[in-house]
Amino acid sequence: MQWLTRLMMPPAGSEFAKEIDSMYMGLFWLCSFLFLTIAIPAVYFAWRYRYKPGRVTPHDTHNTAVEITWTVLPLLLCVGIFFWGLKGWIQYAVAPGDAMEVQITALQWQWRFEYPDGSRTINDLHVPVNRPVKFIMTSEDVIHDFFVPDMRVKHDIIPGRYTEVWFTPTVLGKHNFTCAEYCGKDHSGMKGMMTVESDADFAKFLETGGTEWEDYFNGKDPKKTPADWGKVQYETKGCNSCHTLDGSKSKGPSWKGIWMKMETLNNGSKVLVDEAYLRESMMSPQAKVVNGFEPIMPSFQGLLKDNQIKGLIAFIQSLQ
Amino acid sequence: MDHAIAVTPQVGSRPRPKKNYLNETKGFRSWALTLDHKRIGVMYLVGVLFAFLLGGIFALLVRLTLLTPSHMLFGKVLLTAEQYNRVFTLHGAIMVFLFIIPAIPASLGNFVLPLMLGAKDVAFPRLNLCSFYLWVTGALMAIAAMVFGAVDTGWTFYTPYSTTTDGPVTLMTGAVFVLGFSSIFTGLNFIATTHKLRAPGMGWFDLPLFIWGIYSTAIIQVLATPVLGITLVLLMLERSFGIGIFDPRIGGDPVLFQHFFWFYSHPAVYIMILPGMAIISELIPTFSQKTMFGYRAMAYASVSLALVSFIVWGHHMFVAGQSQLATVVFSALTFLVAIPSGVKLYNWLGTMYKGNIKLDTPMLYAISFLILFAIGGLTGIFLGTLATDVHLTDTYFVVAHFHFVMVGGTVTAFIGGLHYWWPKMTGRMYSEAWGRVGCALWNIGFNMTFLTQFFLGSKGMPRRYYNYLDQFQPLHAFSTVGSWVLGLGLFITAAYLLASLRKPMDAPDNPWNGTTLEWQTSSPPIAHNFEDQPVLEREPYDYRPVLAAR
Repeated sequence: MQWLTRLMMPPAGSEFAKEIDSMYMGLFWLCSFLFLTIAIPAVYFAWRYRYKPGRVTPHDTHNTAVEITWTVLPLLLCVGIFFWGLKGWIQYAVAPGDAMEVQITALQWQWRFEYPDGSRTINDLHVPVNRPVKFIMTSEDVIHDFFVPDMRVKHDIIPGRYTEVWFTPTVLGKHNFTCAEYCGKDHSGMKGMMTVESDADFAKFLETGGTEWEDYFNGKDPKKTPADWGKVQYETKGCNSCHTLDGSKSKGPSWKGIWMKMETLNNGSKVLVDEAYLRESMMSPQAKVVNGFEPIMPSFQGLLKDNQIKGLIAFIQSLQ
Repeated sequence: MDHAIAVTPQVGSRPRPKKNYLNETKGFRSWALTLDHKRIGVMYLVGVLFAFLLGGIFALLVRLTLLTPSHMLFGKVLLTAEQYNRVFTLHGAIMVFLFIIPAIPASLGNFVLPLMLGAKDVAFPRLNLCSFYLWVTGALMAIAAMVFGAVDTGWTFYTPYSTTTDGPVTLMTGAVFVLGFSSIFTGLNFIATTHKLRAPGMGWFDLPLFIWGIYSTAIIQVLATPVLGITLVLLMLERSFGIGIFDPRIGGDPVLFQHFFWFYSHPAVYIMILPGMAIISELIPTFSQKTMFGYRAMAYASVSLALVSFIVWGHHMFVAGQSQLATVVFSALTFLVAIPSGVKLYNWLGTMYKGNIKLDTPMLYAISFLILFAIGGLTGIFLGTLATDVHLTDTYFVVAHFHFVMVGGTVTAFIGGLHYWWPKMTGRMYSEAWGRVGCALWNIGFNMTFLTQFFLGSKGMPRRYYNYLDQFQPLHAFSTVGSWVLGLGLFITAAYLLASLRKPMDAPDNPWNGTTLEWQTSSPPIAHNFEDQPVLEREPYDYRPVLAAR
């Protein structure tokens, strides 16, 4: 009957998911049986006792024994199902004490993850295999819901509160996660990919911010240069909300033609936009603010890995 | 029953009276200012059917948008994400507040309830008319909100999204507030009428089960709807003046809104389904020509469903951040709903057993109800069970589940009831052959549309999604095709029912050999319902031959 489970359920990514699947299938068979106890008589009686003129029907007003039976039996069944469901729920609701903690901040329409070492990612979640992970979640705006179908768990994320959900992934590879509480225009676009990886890969991920960047620095693919990697960062790390690429003024200076330019700062001194200045601007943006702009840029210390900074500098360099 | 002295349930062929409630008086004013429950029922019927059409068009738009992941139709994007969010909100809000809640009680119930009681009218005819005009006001406000840009909050108006999004949310919630009063007035009226205006000799356990169902509904309408009203007023105040009840940024709690909202909206589910069950309890004994099996159990089941409906609202919030203890308690209480629902299903089957079953169109809808409602009810077990709900909630599984209950259940019963009382209301019979075609398409289309969605949901497709993963495309396409079969079935049904109005009155007083009092007056009834005060001499659904009963 594995095919039937596969037909109805997404792949199971944890032992908990397998338990939910067997419970789901148990309920499926039970409810199918109960459905037949209704559908078969409904159709059979309609045919068997079809209209014949003059037939007299019996005056059966009730039958206490039968009626008590179909009141009490379902009640007992329901009590059983309730406790079955409760067992799984307790497992879902109580995280083990040694779980790794990942913070989730949800906002319209983005997922932000922060790992125990302070590394952060956006819409891209990495977790080690076979280790319980507990997510501590809050929202910056409206209600969202962290739903990982392959793990069979979800929980709402509420502004002004912290909620939790946990699981122990056992299957290596990619698993979707998605927002399951309606949150406005791009609700259906608020999704991401979770990578379940070995402890070694996960440690490497924390150290370098993942493995994908290597493709951009090994020179094998002409379509993947360090500048292209920088462009990905520009689009996904939020740079594009304040810096334009076409020379027009936004909340921050445009990146077009900024490389090796002499900029005037708000204290009157001048600075050459080189690698050292760009690095400093990302880590401590308030140190040297270009004249004519507000000191509003947040620090990306801990948010950007070294390869990402290198990529961004290469990208800015390419915008002559 | 010793007081069940036999009189013939069939009144026989009397000449049709020249004057009836339709032609007694003429002109717009005679309808607009009428106090006749039958005319108000008919006006309500026209109103809710218009709302059904509007909500149905939005439903077809939603399905058509989801036909392909690119939302393209004939080379154009059918709806953008923002438009899609507005359309599904309007579909939900219109179908719930303007159609399903008033559909059976206010239209069919208004028409039939006093007739079944042997009364001249409802207890408060002016309140009844007021209720109708409140409904019209609410409907006009909702339409105005649509014209002014429409809201995109979902019909549930969850905060803080609803307090921060653009659009005429205040006007839309104001519409729902006004509609709530229309519902309360109907409920009050029916409670008073059932208590005070029963025919001589009609005790509580001589009431047709339709009355028991509508009466139970009325209790919920009167007790639960004010909570929705208060909640929506708070929402409007929060939007307009920034008082911090629900928005955490100003000191509120968004989960509190969900508690308030579902404290009404869960009982509202029973405002929708109990009248559906009430109709089925008329159809099955009548078309089986057999007494209702377990009458008292059926009556108690209606009342107990109404009572239990007040203590299960938390099952909408298992993963929403309510306390874990509350979640466990609400799950346990939720299973109580299954018991009276099961009792009703098995009693209906018990009534069919050894019956003399005529498969006329209303009975076909009744049998459809048994099957569709069984699926709707049984899939509720997956959602009431805590561990499986965590995966299934907020997905298409929930969408499919409540459509099976609300549409497969209530709307199927409503259409069945409409066919059942159509001869009484209009004095005309409709085409039986087309009736069967319409019912067949209804069943095929409904199952294609919504059975599919159980699979979408359990596979992990969240609800209220504009974009979806390519893997879900075949199921979405199948569901969309089903929605058009469903639409075609309804179109055919509307066509032959309307066509029947063009012919002269041909309906006998009692075309189905029913036993309840509405069949003892003419079709259509005279303005004051009965020539003489009817006296109940037989309990309802007594099909014993007259002589054998002596």
